[in-house]
Amino acid sequence: MFSPVFAVTLSFGYLAFLFAVAFFTDRLRPHHKQSLVGSPVIYTLSISIYCTSWTFYGAVGSAAKNGLEFITIYLGPTLVFFAWWTVLRKMIRIASQQHTTSIADFISARYGKSARVSVLVTLIALTATTPYIALQLQAVATSFEALISTPTLSIRSSNFFGDIGFWVAVIMAVFVSLYGARLIDAKEQHAGVVAAIALESIVKLFAFVAIGLLVIFGLKLGTQGSPLAPEQLNQASAQVLSLRGGGALRWTALLFLSSAAVLCLPRQFQVTVVENRRERHLATASWLFPTYLFILCLFTVPIAITGLRLLPGSDPDLFVLSVPLFSGYSNWALFAYIGGLASATSMVIMASIALSIMMSNHLVMPLILRFEALGLSRSTDLTRVQILVRQANIAVLLLLGFLYYYLSRSNEGLAAMGLIAFAGVAQIFPALIGGLFWRDGTEVGALAGLAVGYLLWLYFLIFPTLQDTGWALVAGIPDPQGLFIAMDVDPLVGALFWSLSLNVLAYVSLSYASKANALERLQSAYFVDVFRSRRLGESALYERSAAVGDLYDLTQRFIGRDQTYRAFRSYAERQGIRGHLPKPDQNLVPFVERLLAGRIGAASARVMVASIATGETISMDAVIKILDETQQAIEYSHALEQKSTELEAIADQLRDANEQLKALDIMKDDFLSRVSHELRTPMTALRSLTEILTDTDDLSQDEQQRFLKVMAQESKRLTRLLDDILEVSRLESGMGVKLTDTVNPMQVMRDAIAVVEANASTAGVKLVNALPARWRLRALSDSDRLQQVFVNLLSNAIKYNNTPNPSVVVSAEKQDSYLLLHVQDNGPGISEKDQKTLFTKFSRSWQDVVETTTGSGLGLAISKQIVQQMNGEILVRTSLGQGARFSVKLPVFKAGSIEAADARAAMTASIKPE
Amino acid sequence: MQPVVLVAEDETSIVESLNFILRRAGADVRISYDGEQAIRDIANVRPHAVVLDIMMPRKDGFEVLKATRANPDLAGLPIIMLTAKGQESDREKAEALGASAFMTKPFSNAEVVATVMQLAGQRLADCQASAATAPAADG
Repeated sequence: MFSPVFAVTLSFGYLAFLFAVAFFTDRLRPHHKQSLVGSPVIYTLSISIYCTSWTFYGAVGSAAKNGLEFITIYLGPTLVFFAWWTVLRKMIRIASQQHTTSIADFISARYGKSARVSVLVTLIALTATTPYIALQLQAVATSFEALISTPTLSIRSSNFFGDIGFWVAVIMAVFVSLYGARLIDAKEQHAGVVAAIALESIVKLFAFVAIGLLVIFGLKLGTQGSPLAPEQLNQASAQVLSLRGGGALRWTALLFLSSAAVLCLPRQFQVTVVENRRERHLATASWLFPTYLFILCLFTVPIAITGLRLLPGSDPDLFVLSVPLFSGYSNWALFAYIGGLASATSMVIMASIALSIMMSNHLVMPLILRFEALGLSRSTDLTRVQILVRQANIAVLLLLGFLYYYLSRSNEGLAAMGLIAFAGVAQIFPALIGGLFWRDGTEVGALAGLAVGYLLWLYFLIFPTLQDTGWALVAGIPDPQGLFIAMDVDPLVGALFWSLSLNVLAYVSLSYASKANALERLQSAYFVDVFRSRRLGESALYERSAAVGDLYDLTQRFIGRDQTYRAFRSYAERQGIRGHLPKPDQNLVPFVERLLAGRIGAASARVMVASIATGETISMDAVIKILDETQQAIEYSHALEQKSTELEAIADQLRDANEQLKALDIMKDDFLSRVSHELRTPMTALRSLTEILTDTDDLSQDEQQRFLKVMAQESKRLTRLLDDILEVSRLESGMGVKLTDTVNPMQVMRDAIAVVEANASTAGVKLVNALPARWRLRALSDSDRLQQVFVNLLSNAIKYNNTPNPSVVVSAEKQDSYLLLHVQDNGPGISEKDQKTLFTKFSRSWQDVVETTTGSGLGLAISKQIVQQMNGEILVRTSLGQGARFSVKLPVFKAGSIEAADARAAMTASIKPE
Repeated sequence: MQPVVLVAEDETSIVESLNFILRRAGADVRISYDGEQAIRDIANVRPHAVVLDIMMPRKDGFEVLKATRANPDLAGLPIIMLTAKGQESDREKAEALGASAFMTKPFSNAEVVATVMQLAGQRLADCQASAATAPAADG
């Protein structure tokens, strides 16, 4: 036995040590803090607050009373972390993106940031946590009492202040509010607390394992120095290892309860989801946490067996403490006591923080903010108010816990109180899981399910525990426990079955019966599809605007001056603006709302922002368009199709361009090779004849004259060739033709005929002028160039006409606003194939036809260019053996008409810029 | 006996000089002004060498070369190709089709004379030899 002073000192010493750990962790430099709290092991250890004094003391008690049933409490979380860790991952992803602060906030966010949902979830959590906290108080009080055994303090004292539990509650309230509520972080992450909690998890594991090792190796499972026969050992073992209890139904129910609890308990949500810093830490937790549970589970059995053998008849919930105490290992008992204290404090700390956040965000602050009369809601810095509210909440919570403990203390074991709490939070489970996976769950459905489950749970499980206290004032309500027992159903199983069945029924049926609003649908899609890459922007749905200054002031009131300054400045920085006031854009209002949500919850943040933001409109069309997954998929694939069609079109264009380039390349090669040929031919003659003239001494006068004449011809030919090449290139670049003369094309043709008449008679070609005399037509043209074209055509027709009776006929024809001048010969004609390349430079086939003496072979190419620049064209109609008709088609107008001026203007406008 | 050289060329100025230098070198020169005429003349005249321009009307030099090489009666006839394009692919094509020599315009008179007269003289000698031995073989 220990003196009360010693026990109290020890307890305070431990608490002070914890506080120091939390304090100094928060004082660490950010990167040290990060490397400590940012480790997956710390994360896993903090999750181990799942194991409270219920598991520390109560599991052994449960094993002694009900056999292996206690395993289910470990098995549920194990299954969740092993098999369902993807669900946790989903929750973590959503929570971090939505700046979720608590489970109530999380669920309310899912159902359209509904304030009503958050209030209801908070109420359920508060009610369910109350017996849980009572359980911890009872465990600490009982263990303290066992440790000191003094008559002055008792857990059965009839006045408040004489009860150990009261003092435990007071001390814890002070302790928790000292640091849990002091720290207000935008994401509600508490590094110091997490470090302390992780340390507590190590302490309780070590303590429990130590006691386990003590009973196995020190006490030989109670056989050491004991007169009891081995068969009694077997009997105790059989009792602990039995599968007694409520049978398969109860086991299933317990398994479900513990699974649901590890997801829904506010403090588990806090450590697993809110305090999570890296999603991948979950991977470590998914095996390390079950391992932790397995170790605890493993040592529960020997401690229970030893307790049953050594201390039959004593309270099995205290075996962990009483076995070492009464077998001469009292120092070990101290260790066990510290372990139990660690289990209890860690639970109370975390549950208080989680619940105080929920209570202040969802119950108290919204009320305060509505009291305009208090003068709070416009200008006051609310961060201090928030802290006070949270500290008050913690006090209230522990007071409630104490009251429940005080009023119901006589009738329930630790495990039973724990299970009642579990059944309470399990009412959140349908709305939570449905919200994560079921698109159609609505706010109304969630409210209905939660309310039905909550009320039934109160009636079935809370009400009976308070019956003896006189609190059950409503007379005439049948005792539900009695009902279940009468029906031969385990009361817990019955209560759980009915409350959850009706909860789910209400949730599903009312979800179907009600219509989700735009925000609900948005959030629903967001939660269910969080892992799809597409992030829905609220800004796409809402057109909200607010003055930047207003938003700044609002934010400052809730998260404080410094944090607001930093947040706004970094937002402005992202916009490339110096200073702390960003440009208002479509994301600013949602940004502020998220900032506030991290402090006061999504629902309250929404209300606050709405109070200053104006012009909020929701386009249902936009909502449907964005949310309809099928539509999205269709649009997406449609867009892809369009893209690929565009790509194909571009590829086609490229192919065409490539073909053109290839053709141009071939033409260029052809041109060069043709130029080379055309240059080399006169050069060859010149060189060869020069050599003859120099090398031959005995040349006759005649020969000399003849050769020199050929050389002169070839020189001229060279010059002409060079001129033509230059001209083609000039014409091709759009130069060389000036449309400044108003000419009569027929007169130009007559002049051209006069030029070639001599040649024609020399060649014996009959030249016929069939031009009409009276047409007074004019064209805007360049008369010299036009004459050059006509001369070229006439010359060709004369030169290449090798028929016996050669003739060339020149005629004219009107076609709309065009004049056609025809040059028809009765020569050999041009094959269809050759016509295609007729107008290209040095057309080889043309060369084949027209052959020799033609000058450069560039004549037609030049003519074509000239006529094109006069906005006309050269046409050819011919077939092999039928002669050829070349026609120049020119736009004309009547001489002296009004059109003349217009045409002149129009043509000038259509000339290529030079 | 004078070797007979056929010049197939459409450019009259070049014909003028080739005619002069080959005659002076002792050849009996005949002229064809296009490809078709050249094929006919080669078969009829049976020259001892052909100077063949590539770019000619009606049929180009390659076609003339191909037709000549396809005629077994004309086996061994030296054909000297003349080109004004100076492209390597023309030379390869001419060699593949069985041209005896390949010359690029503008050419040097001495070179043309040396090549043509050497091949023509050789061909003349071969013809005379076979004409002399053929009756002996018969008899």
